[in-house]
Amino acid sequence: MYVAVKGGERAIENAHRLLAHKRRGDQSVAEISLDQISEQLGLAVDRVMSEGSLYDRELASLAIKQARGDLIEAIFLVRAFRATLPRFGASEPVDTGTMRVQRRVSATFKDIPGGQILGPTFDYTHRLLDPSLAQGFVPERPAAAEASTAPTPRVTDILGRDGLIESSPEAEDGASVGDLTREPLNFPADRDLRLQNLARGDEGFLLAMGYSTQRGYGRNHPFVGEIRFGEVEVDFVAEDVGFAVPLGAIELTECQMVNQFKGSATEAPCFTRGYGLAFGQSERKTMSMALVDRALRARELGEEVLAPAQDEEFVMSHSDNVQATGFVEHLKLPHYVDFQSELGLLRKLRQEFSKASAETNTPDAMKEAAE
Amino acid sequence: MTTIAELPPGFADKVLSAQSTFRSVMDAMARPGSVQRIVPMAGAPGPMMRGTAAIALTLFDHDTPLWLDARMAESADVTKWLKFHTGAPVVQDSSIASFALVSNGGALPSFESFALGTSEYPDRSTTVIIQVESLNSGRSFELRGPGIDGVAALQASIKPFDLFERLHMNEALFPRGIDVVLVADDAVVAIPRTTRIVSKGS
Amino acid sequence: MNAPAYNFAYLDEQTKRMIRRAILKAIAIPGYQVPFASREMPMPYGWGTGGVQVTAAILGPQDVLKVIDQGSDDTTNAISIRKFFAKTAGVATTTATDEATVIQTRHRIPETALNENQVLVYQVPIPEPLRFLEPRETETRRMHALAEYGLMHVKLYEDIARFGHIATAYAYPVKVNARYVMDPSPTPKFDNPKMDNCPALQLFGAGREKRIYAIPPYTQVVSLDFEDHPFEPYRFNAPCALCGAENSYLDEIVTDDKGGRMFVCSDTDYCEGRQAAGHHGSLSAAPYREKAQEASNG
Repeated sequence: MYVAVKGGERAIENAHRLLAHKRRGDQSVAEISLDQISEQLGLAVDRVMSEGSLYDRELASLAIKQARGDLIEAIFLVRAFRATLPRFGASEPVDTGTMRVQRRVSATFKDIPGGQILGPTFDYTHRLLDPSLAQGFVPERPAAAEASTAPTPRVTDILGRDGLIESSPEAEDGASVGDLTREPLNFPADRDLRLQNLARGDEGFLLAMGYSTQRGYGRNHPFVGEIRFGEVEVDFVAEDVGFAVPLGAIELTECQMVNQFKGSATEAPCFTRGYGLAFGQSERKTMSMALVDRALRARELGEEVLAPAQDEEFVMSHSDNVQATGFVEHLKLPHYVDFQSELGLLRKLRQEFSKASAETNTPDAMKEAAE
Repeated sequence: MTTIAELPPGFADKVLSAQSTFRSVMDAMARPGSVQRIVPMAGAPGPMMRGTAAIALTLFDHDTPLWLDARMAESADVTKWLKFHTGAPVVQDSSIASFALVSNGGALPSFESFALGTSEYPDRSTTVIIQVESLNSGRSFELRGPGIDGVAALQASIKPFDLFERLHMNEALFPRGIDVVLVADDAVVAIPRTTRIVSKGS
Repeated sequence: MNAPAYNFAYLDEQTKRMIRRAILKAIAIPGYQVPFASREMPMPYGWGTGGVQVTAAILGPQDVLKVIDQGSDDTTNAISIRKFFAKTAGVATTTATDEATVIQTRHRIPETALNENQVLVYQVPIPEPLRFLEPRETETRRMHALAEYGLMHVKLYEDIARFGHIATAYAYPVKVNARYVMDPSPTPKFDNPKMDNCPALQLFGAGREKRIYAIPPYTQVVSLDFEDHPFEPYRFNAPCALCGAENSYLDEIVTDDKGGRMFVCSDTDYCEGRQAAGHHGSLSAAPYREKAQEASNG
């Protein structure tokens, strides 16, 4: 006799207890601390902060620990927490021109004012697994020099002085910046919302989209004008105070892509911009974002929209990994009611099919088929 | 001049009072013509009725541009109270308002001056909240449409007298249109844009 | 550390106001999908975040909440959502349809007729009925604006040309108040007739897709069909093996690996209620026989 399944509540509790146990792993191995995650898995923390849209290393580290290292799950935890936070307003725009630069490279000029600064990078490392890192490794002290006081103007600003690159659109005074976490998204979307979407977007998705533009699906001839990584100040103007109050410093990576533009009937040929920005050090993310940002400007620049990366509905609707993982993974929820409907329909269709073929087959044909 | 300390208070319990008020308004909107009561009371400034004040506290905030009729706008108590308790920006241009508060129905401007929504976004319309004399006595009306099991009867004393005739424009405009919320003290009746009304005299 | 502290029914008041405004607009424009700024919820997108946000925005301490998934109160996701509200809002919960004031559902409408004091909240994965015919939001929005639903009729008619009848078994499109074509969420088409002229308010929340829509009480809801091919609500033609119900939607249970099947009510509360009232089924697999049942269970 069939007994309807009961006890789901117990099953859920037990599953979660087992999860907690698995998360801790072998208890004879020391527990990982949030400091260790933040200090030694710093790039994972950066990614969780960027795509989680919340600059808090400690909470991002906790999320990574709680998620057993599953970064999309960690991003989800951070987002769900962020959604409950009160919103006081928007900060002043940060000025990356005054960044305390730790790394800065340009692919468009051999040397630039303020110099190329290689900084901490995997570039030029040979990707050989290093057994000395397995335990007890003590790194050499980094080479140090006097901090340079030379200004580090943005490469795009240098191009801009000669009019070789389109001017960066100036924000209207007092105009509010869109926020797709507060207002429903409508298409076509303005660039502020597109950039916000990309900044929160999945690194892997953006990487694939950006890559596709390089392979000819919406090619726009990119050059890395500049990538810079370092610390900037964040200021906030509280209405009742009336002046900007410093909130602190955050680490950012910025990528300015310089792209070909053939010009149009009304505009001389010039370079155009693609922009990427992320919390922490995230070069792959910001470069991909800059490529996709430029591709998505097709409509604005009068280019034909032919490739997926140029299609804002396609890109913006599928870039968010928290949305995507939820909907893909929801397929494991029970669907037996709709499945039952489909099953019934399929049986009916098959019945009708065999009835119809029985009727159309002549006895001769039947005989042939039997042979 | 009224200081903030002298303003009538908002909800004693913001969370539960807003919930209860919303359910009354939701029920009113879902069952046009039915008279719903607003139980949780907030203070009400100047010409604002208690029910209107509760609705304002429940639905208005920074994201809802608000248009006030002359009698409301002239009351410093009303504008200060709204700003302090809801933060809703008061706008002169009624065609961008999310909500309109009308205390003197006799001077109600043409509905065309409010946002009617677009055919692609018919939700981008002004919800007009009109304070009226009574929602249980006066002329009789018959209402039909979604939310109503056959016919609903409403007895109301309303200004402007031709309010429901003016709302006939909703029929041609649909899905664009104006949703109206009538308030008489603590009683609320909603007339969404789908409701068709016939006057049966007094 | 910024220790989390959560509001009644989880959502902050600003979010609730935004959702409440969207609900009022949805009721005023039956079947129209109102965009809203859906929040990240503490459960994944696709697992009922839209329904949860709608429920959180309407729920009060007086309410009695029932949550079902696939018709059942005991499926894991239904339990998880019910516990979420019991914890964050302290509301009473029930499994009995007639005791509930708010019912959140995924993929079913209860068998017990709903009443005027109830709100049915649907979890919706893809709110746009035209989405699989036209993936672009800008296009589908234009079609709704012009009430241009030819594409949907063509799709249904192609089914008829190919199969002799409409080959849509769930999420069967409806027209609300003779204006908007609407997705009823992936309920089996068996449930469609229950939406028509229903005394309860029906609210639909799609979290990931950021849409809320509604059917007010006593509103006309018509399943799309053709005069010569009228809508037929499918049901397996057998009584429930546990309670003997002749007109409830049935789940097929595989009982062994030799083709054994039995059919039982998908609505567990309805089935248990009938059994408690003395109704009994065969308790064995029903004979394998089925056909589309005429619209007698509306």
